[in-house]
Amino acid sequence: MAVLSTIQCVFSVVLVLFASPLPCLNVRAYQRPVMVQQTGKVLPKPQMMTVSAEAYTLAMSSFKFTYGSSSEMCDIVDQAFRRYYDLIFDVDGPKKAPKVPESMAELTVLQVMVKEPCKGAYPSLESSENYTLTVTAPMGMLVADSAWGVLRGLETFSQLIYRTDDGTMIINKTTVEDFPRFAHRGILLDTSRHFIPLKYIKQNLDAMAYNKFNVFHWHIVDDQSFPYQSVVFPDLSAKGAFNPYTHLYTQEDVKDVIEYSRLRGIRVVPEFDTPGHTASWGAGLPGFLTPCYDGSTPNGKYYAANPMLNTTYDYMTKLLQEVKDVFPDKYVHLGGDEVNFNCWKSNPDITKFMEKMGFGTDYSKLEQYYIKNILDISTSIGRDYIVWQEVLDNGVQDKSTVGEVWFENPTIQAVLERLTAKGYRVLLAAGWYLNHDVYNPGTDWADFYKLDPQVFNGTQAQKDLVIGGEACMWGEYVDGTNLIARLWPRASAVAERLWSNKDVKNMADATVRMDEQRCRMVRRGLNAEPLHPGFCQFEYD
Amino acid sequence: MAPNLCRRRQWIKLCFSLVSIVLCCYAAGVFSLLRSGYTTRAGSDEPIKSSSLRFSRKTGGTGRYVVREAGHVWPKPQHQVSTVDVFVLSRDTFNFTYAPGSHRCEILDLAFGRYTEIIFSIDEAATGSKCDADTTCLVVLEVSVKESCKGASPHLGAKENYELSVAREGVKLKTDSVWGALRGLETFSQLIYRGEHGLYTVNRTDIQDFPRFPHRGVLLDTSRHFVPVKYILQNLDAMAFNKFNVFHWHIVDDPSFPYESIAFPELSKKGAFHPDTHVYTQKDVRTILEYARLRGIRVVPEFDTPGHTLSWGHGQPGLLTTCYTKTGKQRGALNPVLEATYQFMGKLLQEIKDVFPDQLVHLGGDEVNFACWKNDAEITQFMEKRGFDYYVKLQTYYVQRIMKNVESLGKVSAVWEDVAAKGQEGSVPKSTVIQVWRPGKWAQKMAQVTRHGLRTILSACWYLDLISTGEDWPPYYRCDPHAFNGTTDQKDLVLGGEACLWGEYVDWTNLLSRLWPRASAIAERLWSSQDTTDMEDASVRLGEHRCRMIRRGIPAQPLRPSACPFVPV
Repeated sequence: MAVLSTIQCVFSVVLVLFASPLPCLNVRAYQRPVMVQQTGKVLPKPQMMTVSAEAYTLAMSSFKFTYGSSSEMCDIVDQAFRRYYDLIFDVDGPKKAPKVPESMAELTVLQVMVKEPCKGAYPSLESSENYTLTVTAPMGMLVADSAWGVLRGLETFSQLIYRTDDGTMIINKTTVEDFPRFAHRGILLDTSRHFIPLKYIKQNLDAMAYNKFNVFHWHIVDDQSFPYQSVVFPDLSAKGAFNPYTHLYTQEDVKDVIEYSRLRGIRVVPEFDTPGHTASWGAGLPGFLTPCYDGSTPNGKYYAANPMLNTTYDYMTKLLQEVKDVFPDKYVHLGGDEVNFNCWKSNPDITKFMEKMGFGTDYSKLEQYYIKNILDISTSIGRDYIVWQEVLDNGVQDKSTVGEVWFENPTIQAVLERLTAKGYRVLLAAGWYLNHDVYNPGTDWADFYKLDPQVFNGTQAQKDLVIGGEACMWGEYVDGTNLIARLWPRASAVAERLWSNKDVKNMADATVRMDEQRCRMVRRGLNAEPLHPGFCQFEYD
Repeated sequence: MAPNLCRRRQWIKLCFSLVSIVLCCYAAGVFSLLRSGYTTRAGSDEPIKSSSLRFSRKTGGTGRYVVREAGHVWPKPQHQVSTVDVFVLSRDTFNFTYAPGSHRCEILDLAFGRYTEIIFSIDEAATGSKCDADTTCLVVLEVSVKESCKGASPHLGAKENYELSVAREGVKLKTDSVWGALRGLETFSQLIYRGEHGLYTVNRTDIQDFPRFPHRGVLLDTSRHFVPVKYILQNLDAMAFNKFNVFHWHIVDDPSFPYESIAFPELSKKGAFHPDTHVYTQKDVRTILEYARLRGIRVVPEFDTPGHTLSWGHGQPGLLTTCYTKTGKQRGALNPVLEATYQFMGKLLQEIKDVFPDQLVHLGGDEVNFACWKNDAEITQFMEKRGFDYYVKLQTYYVQRIMKNVESLGKVSAVWEDVAAKGQEGSVPKSTVIQVWRPGKWAQKMAQVTRHGLRTILSACWYLDLISTGEDWPPYYRCDPHAFNGTTDQKDLVLGGEACLWGEYVDWTNLLSRLWPRASAIAERLWSSQDTTDMEDASVRLGEHRCRMIRRGIPAQPLRPSACPFVPV
C-alpha cells in the first residue's frame, strides 16, 4: 500500500506544481469551507420530483401521520410513523424553539395509503418500493402499493423538511413519483475479521434506511472467526468465535437484527462462504476441513472444506437447513471465492479421489464438484443463492444463480458482459469496496458515484440481468470504533447510483446533496465523516 | 468460595512458570502472522487489488487473533527488568500515597484518583477479585517527588525521568519532578493486566525510564473543522496514555477562526464557522490548558501568519492584502508593509502571551501565496525601496519583525521550515525551533537547519491525515528524527517531533479513531531508546496498547483482524 499512496501523493504534487506557482501544496492546500445548509434536498434523488416555491410550516404539537380510510394497516407502518416523527422533530436534537410565521400555511397531516396487506410482511427482491408523495397544506398524501414503498416515501418526506436559522420547520409544496432503478441495493458488513456489536449493526441499518438501501449482506463468518451461534453445531462458535461469550451473535441477536431490518424494509442475506474462507470452522467441526500434507504425512494444517467426503455435504445440509429456518430471506449467499488449491493438491486422498472422478489434475473441476453439490443442497431445501463471480466463471450453474462481481477480470465491464452473456443475473460490488482507504477520503465518493452497473457492452437483455449492487466494508481494519465513520457518507454515493435514474450524474448537484445528507446523518446521531473543510448548520445540540 | 479461591491459586502458580513461555509463543505467532501479512501487501509483482486484501491463506484457530493482556508497556521504557513473580491488587485495598519527605501537590492528588479509576476500570464485583491472605497482595504505591510541584506547569526540558520498583514490599516510584511521577504512574497502570479470574496482576518489575526527546507532540487542526472541547480533552487523555507531552494547537487557519480573542473579538465573531457554537471561549481555552497541565502536557498554540489567514480578514478589515485577478477580487496574506499590521500582531501576541503559559509560540510562516503581494503597488514600491529582489525576502522581513516581537515578550518562536529556507537561516534567531514538514528530502532539511545551529522538530514522516489501506504504522515507527547526516552537536539540536492530524477530512466523528493507535507508533519513537526497533516486539505491544486505549474509552481503530480480550465496544 505504501507504494500506492506514494504514487498518489507524487501525482497530486505534480498536479499542483503545474497548477500553481507554489512549490508544494500537496497536504495543506486551501479548500474553501462550506457551511452546509439544510434545504430539503433528497438523496438518493427521486425519479420525478416537482418542488414549488410555496412553502408550509410544520409544528411538533399539531403534526400527525394518519392512515387513509381504505388503507391497509400494519406494525411496519405504525412503527415508521413513530420513528419518522422523532427524526423530523429532532426530539433529541437542537432545542431552538421553532417560530411559526403566521403568513405561511401549515402542513398538519400526512395521510398514508397502503394498497397491499402488510401485516407480518417480509421484503423480497420482487417487492414494490414505488410511492407517490404529494405535499400540499394542510394535508399531504403518500400512496404506495406496499409498506416498503411507504417506508421509502416517509424517508423522502423527512428529507424534504428543513429548518431555517431561527428553527422554523419548513416544507415546500412538492410532488414526488419515485421508484428504485435496481431492486437489490446492499451493504456488506464483515463480522468475522472483527466482531461488530449489535449496536453498530443497528446504527448501520438506520443509515441504510436513510439512504434507501434494502439489503444487509451479512458476511457473518470467515477464516478469522465464527461468531454465529448455530443451533445444530453450537461448537462452531464455541470454538470458533474470538470469545464464545462476548464476541457472539446468539439466536436472539440474529432475530433482533432481522426484525430491526424488516421494520426498515431491509432484507438480511447471510453469507456462509465455503469451501475456502473457513479456517474458523475447523475447531468446531472436526473433519470438515481438508488435512494438508508435507509429502506423505499430514502437516497439522487444514484448509478449505473437504470436497471428497460425504460428511462434508451432510454438515452443509444441516447447516443450510438451519440457515433457512433462521433467516427468512429467499436468498442465501454461498460465497465460493478465492479457493487456493495447494492443500487439496498436497493431500494424497484427494489425489486418488480426483483420479476416481476423472478430474485429471484440474482442481477447478474439484472445486466445481463441491460447489455444485452445495448449490444443489441449497436448491433442495428451498433457497435461492448468490455466489461470488469466480463460481460463475467456472460455469456449472443454472440460470437462477445470482453472481456477485467483486474484482476486475480483466475489467469490471468485461466481467459484467461475460456473465450476463451466459444468462446469469449479477450484482456489482467491484469498484465499491469502501474498506479501501485513500489519501483523500473526501473525494473518493465521486468514483463510486460515477460507476454505473449497466454501462458495459451488451444487449438490453443483458443489462436487465443486472439486479443491483453492494457497497462492501470488509473488516480487516474496521470495527465498532470506525465502521460508521468510514462507511458513511461514502456509501451514500452508491445508494444514489442504485436508486436514482441513470441520467442522474451531475456531480455539482450530487455534491450539494451529499453534503446535506452527511449533515442530516450527523444530526440523526451517526458519526458520518466530513467530505471537506466546513461545518453543518446543526452540528451539535 | 473456597474451591473457587483454590482454583485461582493454582492458576497463579501455573502462571508463575508459564507466563514467559506463553508470551514467547504468542509473540512468535503474531510475528509470523505479520510477516505473512507483509509479504502479501508488499509484493511488488502487481498493484494491490481487492483480492489480496481479502485473501488469507492462513489456517488454524481463532486464538491468535485475540489480543492478550500481558502488561507490556507502551512506549517501551529505557530499562526494564521483569520477573515471573506476580502480585495482585484490589481496588478495596490498594492506595497511592506520598513517601515521607516527598513534595505534594494537586497534580499528583488528582493523578492518584485518575489512575485508580483507570487501573480498576473493569467491574470488580463481576469478577469477585479480592486480595486475601493467600495471595501476594500489593497494597500501596509510594511516590517520592524531589522538586516542589504546587502550581507547576510543564515546559521544554522539564524532567520526566522516574524509577519504578514493583516488589513484595510495595511499589516505589521515585522522581525528580511531578512530570516524571505522571509518566511513572502511566507505566505502572500499564504493567497491570487481568488474569483469568479478573485478578489485577502485576509482575515483579524494576524500571528506570526517561524520554529520548523532550518535545513529543500531537498537532490538531481546529480551523478546517471545529473540534468540540470534549474531543480535545479525550485526545489529551490519549496523549497521556502514550506519554506525549505537547499539544500543538493549530487553532486558526484559512477556513475559520474559532479562537475567541479578548483584544479582537471580531476575529471569531466574523471568522468562526459560527460565532456561538463553533468557538473556543476563554473559558474553553482555560479548561483545555488546565486539563493538559494536569497530565504534564504543554499547549503550544499556533497563530499561523502571514499566509493561512483568510479567516482573519473578516474580523479585521485592512489586515490582508487585496488584489484583483482574473477571477475577481481576492484576499492574500497579511499586508507586510503596513505598520498597522505590526501593531495588530503586537497586541495579539501580547494576548497570546497572557493566555497561553508555554514559552513556545508557533508562528507558522508556511506556504505564503505571493500572488496578491505581487499585484499590490504599495508593496512593489516598498520592495524597491528596501532593495528586496524577491518575495521570500519580504516574507523574511515580516517574520523577523514578528519574531522580534515574540522575543521581546520573553517567548520563543516555533515556525514551519519555510521560514528557514536556504540562504535565509541567518535571519532566524538562534532560539527559534524549526518544524520540518515537507515530505521527501526532510533529512537534508534537518541537516541544513541544524548546521546553522537551529533547533528542530520533525513532522515530515508523520502526517497522519494521509491514510492508506492496511497496517500503516510501521513506516511511522521506523522514521527516526536522527536519521540524517550530521554531527552529534547537530543531532542534539533535534528536540523531537510531532504527529500531525490536519483537519480537511477529520472532525469529531472520526478524529480519535483515525489518530489512535497510529500516533502511538510515533510516541514510542520519540520516547524509547534509539535501538527500540524490533518490529515483532512492537507489534505485540501495540496490539495490547490499542486494546488498552479501547478499555479506557478511546475509540482507537484496529491494527489488523483481531479481538480485544473483553466485551467488544
